[in-house]
Amino acid sequence: MTRKRGRGVAAVNYPTGMNLGGDPTQALVHSTPTGNFMVTVSSVDLGQGMKQILRQICAETLGVPSERVVVDTADSDTGPHCMGTFASRGTHRAGNAVIAAAREARGVMLEVAAEMLEVSTDDLETDGAGNIHVVGAPAKAVSVTDTALAAHFQKGRSISGRGMFLVPRSYPSPVDGAMKPATCYAHACTVAEVEVDVETGEVDVISLKNVYEIGRALNPRMVEQQLVGGAWMGISHAIYETTEPYYPQRDHRGVDFNEYLMPGPGNLPRTEVVVLERPAPDGPYGGKGPGEMCANAPIPAIANAIFDAVGVRIDTMPFTPEKILRALRGLEA
Amino acid sequence: MAKIPLHFILNGEERAEFVDSGATLLRLLRDKTGDLTAKSGCLQGTCGTCTVLVDGAPRLSCITLAEDCDGADVETVAGLAAHGQLHPLQHAVMEHFAAQCGFCTPGMLMAAKALFLTNPRPSREDVVEALSGNICRCTGYEPIIQAVLSAAQVMSASGPGAA
Amino acid sequence: MEIRKKYFADERNDDLKEIGQSRQRSDALGHVKGITPFYADRAIPGLLHIRMVRSPHHHARILGIDASRAERHPGVRRVITARDVPHNVYTVLSLINIGPEDEPVLAFDKVRWQGEPIVCIVADSERAAYEAAQLVQIAYEELPAVFDVEEALKPGAPLVNEYHGQNYYRYDSGESRKVILGDVEKGFAEADFILEQRYQASPIEQAPTETTGCVVVPDQNNRFTCYTGTQAVFFTLDNSSVILQVPGQQLHFVGGTAGGGFGGKVDCTTEPIAILASMLTGRPVSYIYNRYEEMQISSPRAAERIYLKDGVMKDGRIVARQVRCYVDSGAYSRHTPYGTQKAAAHFPGPYTIPNVRIDCYCVYTNRTPSSAMRGFGVTIGDFALEVQMDKLARLIGMDPLEFRFVNAYRDGDMKAHHQPTEGAALIECMQEAAEWADWPVDPRCMAMSSREPRRQP
Ligand code: FES
Ligand code: FES
Repeated sequence: MTRKRGRGVAAVNYPTGMNLGGDPTQALVHSTPTGNFMVTVSSVDLGQGMKQILRQICAETLGVPSERVVVDTADSDTGPHCMGTFASRGTHRAGNAVIAAAREARGVMLEVAAEMLEVSTDDLETDGAGNIHVVGAPAKAVSVTDTALAAHFQKGRSISGRGMFLVPRSYPSPVDGAMKPATCYAHACTVAEVEVDVETGEVDVISLKNVYEIGRALNPRMVEQQLVGGAWMGISHAIYETTEPYYPQRDHRGVDFNEYLMPGPGNLPRTEVVVLERPAPDGPYGGKGPGEMCANAPIPAIANAIFDAVGVRIDTMPFTPEKILRALRGLEA
Repeated sequence: MAKIPLHFILNGEERAEFVDSGATLLRLLRDKTGDLTAKSGCLQGTCGTCTVLVDGAPRLSCITLAEDCDGADVETVAGLAAHGQLHPLQHAVMEHFAAQCGFCTPGMLMAAKALFLTNPRPSREDVVEALSGNICRCTGYEPIIQAVLSAAQVMSASGPGAA
Repeated sequence: MEIRKKYFADERNDDLKEIGQSRQRSDALGHVKGITPFYADRAIPGLLHIRMVRSPHHHARILGIDASRAERHPGVRRVITARDVPHNVYTVLSLINIGPEDEPVLAFDKVRWQGEPIVCIVADSERAAYEAAQLVQIAYEELPAVFDVEEALKPGAPLVNEYHGQNYYRYDSGESRKVILGDVEKGFAEADFILEQRYQASPIEQAPTETTGCVVVPDQNNRFTCYTGTQAVFFTLDNSSVILQVPGQQLHFVGGTAGGGFGGKVDCTTEPIAILASMLTGRPVSYIYNRYEEMQISSPRAAERIYLKDGVMKDGRIVARQVRCYVDSGAYSRHTPYGTQKAAAHFPGPYTIPNVRIDCYCVYTNRTPSSAMRGFGVTIGDFALEVQMDKLARLIGMDPLEFRFVNAYRDGDMKAHHQPTEGAALIECMQEAAEWADWPVDPRCMAMSSREPRRQP
């Protein structure tokens, strides 16, 4: 039997937003004459799906269906400032800015609707399907479209809002490092199962069970995309990737996709994901940034599983067959 | 530099262009025809983002000489949706949330379409094999594999020749 | 994927209309049709192309640059050197007072890493630019180089970057960012066991399928539109404006759609030079990294070396943890002083430990400058911490998962950086994992809660 199985566990947390804060993001929301809503930001979608998430956040806050919201992003002539998409800050910072802007716009929308229905704004609610009605009396209603038309052409009101979100900058104490690095943290625990070939040193990741606590799954399918893709990257970091395999020696280098290794579609473990939600008090609808953290827990879980399988500790990433074979040889000696 | 005249078919339409000797099919597509769907992720034949079909076979357009495509039938993602109807593969990629940044998606779709042309009922292994030259950095591949498998099912259910 | 609603249900309103719904992505249709507009996806007539002449040496003095043959090469429109760059320093995060101005846009007196850009060729075709780049002659005097983070800190090591005067970034706390809680030596003295271990990780490339780059088009009114894959539009615009010494209103950035980033597209390396090339030639210019550049030139995730020393009791409590973390910044700072500080804030991990001492060093070596990547400042630390946790558990003969329960942070616990814990959920993640993966732990672990204050031992 040259292949041995083992399993390992790891648990981590991850801060949301730029370390120590001081990273603002703004958003603008306005309605068109027929009651569609434009969100204007300068945040970047790297593939994580920020455009769609901001759309749902805006729709939820306004109380309209998300199809009526369009997110226009990253034109510096029109979009207000955003620090950028990094540090798991996109959804958290831009999401909060959009909420603030959408709240202000909703306020105006309800004022116009209240005038039209001759009630007080406090008596109004939105049905999320494009109508505004009196609480407890769904028949006494006006559509968002008619409200927007009235605002534009009769009332002379702009249904719009401005939003800004800034976590104030914290400065670490030079003496003991006292600081407030982040306002909320996501969490993860991964159990990895591996098979190690003691003749070749190769590691196969058989399965990953990942539990992620992310505050709130704002769009579950998109969260799943991030978490599954991130777990894959964690495996890749653990057993394949580096630009300098013999760091700190500089002489071997991965310069292209032939030499810079990553797992392909043929070597995927069974990756399963479970999500818990403990909403962040300052997160948009409780959401935290899950995109970075998801790659972290699989790496040590795999390292620990390798030890469980064959009894060697690989304390240098990545865990290449060469390192494992050398360690196994050390064990024999 | 000598210009080489070229006749070819792009997504069912006849085209004629002059290309520089040594120019790649990817450059021809992107710079001359205005079809920007094939992506340049490496320009060295290692990532698959530039995959197109040439006479029904998958080709890495970044390392295919344009001048070798004289008379060829070239297909890109721009030709996938026929008569405004999305191809089952496109539907499946959406349904399975198999695209994140979307940069690898056109190449993946063409690699999968090429597979269907020769193998309408592929196994998981067949799909993996067909996609193995295409890199995705976002998804972890599983959703893409699932999407291709489910598109194959849809297509074989709707009869032969659907590809 | 499943969402386990039983945890923290009382803290949530699950009755929302849009939030929590798996709506289709608004960009999905564009993706499957291949029409999502990435920065290079514009047909621009008359586009010029950039190729960089880069240092073949890890560390060398530049004695002379002769670009005359390149200038005469057919198709070359312009050769740009350091003299042409109005403010020839990368400003990184200086706009918010983090990070020094220690890196030239184009090297002139010295090169400090293999691949550092020196001369920029702007030509009609990629081919002409590649050919001309071969014709630039640069005379060097090679200098000794240092590649190891600890070697670099030894007296007598070659000085990598004169700006700093030493091979580390000087924080206001000194040579390292320090975090101190309690008295770590006292903790070690009390401990039943002590374990000290060394961990290391090599640099890792973000490797997005779309390489870093931008396309710049001169506009009407002396403005320049920059189509870019940057992760930070205004950050890049403002930095470009400083480097080029032009008012920000002359620059128009269009982006927001990137073919993956993972932290690799926050460095603002292509935009300023491409805009400059466009200004100098009056033509649209593209500067797109090839795959080699993406792998070896663009900043990777920093290599790190981490020493962890823990004092642990037989009952499982960690009573002291000391961390020495060396982050390899490469030849320049970019975002690494920030990432190193983030690492200091992250240690000692999600555990409550009464005595902690953390020293995180941002060290300069003669390699590709490192910068942000997914998990910036945290990923490698988590690897070291969680392997160490496994070793500690086995050292005292405890189940590794139970050992983590004993030490897991809870609401109200004091963190090493002197903030009380809020919103903890590590215990619940581990409970779910234990149940799901059939990893039996003591019932007392399954009864714990992140919201219940820790009983003092
Ligand atoms: S661009 Fe053709 S294979 Fe990468
Ligand atoms: S979706 Fe981004 S590379 Fe595949």
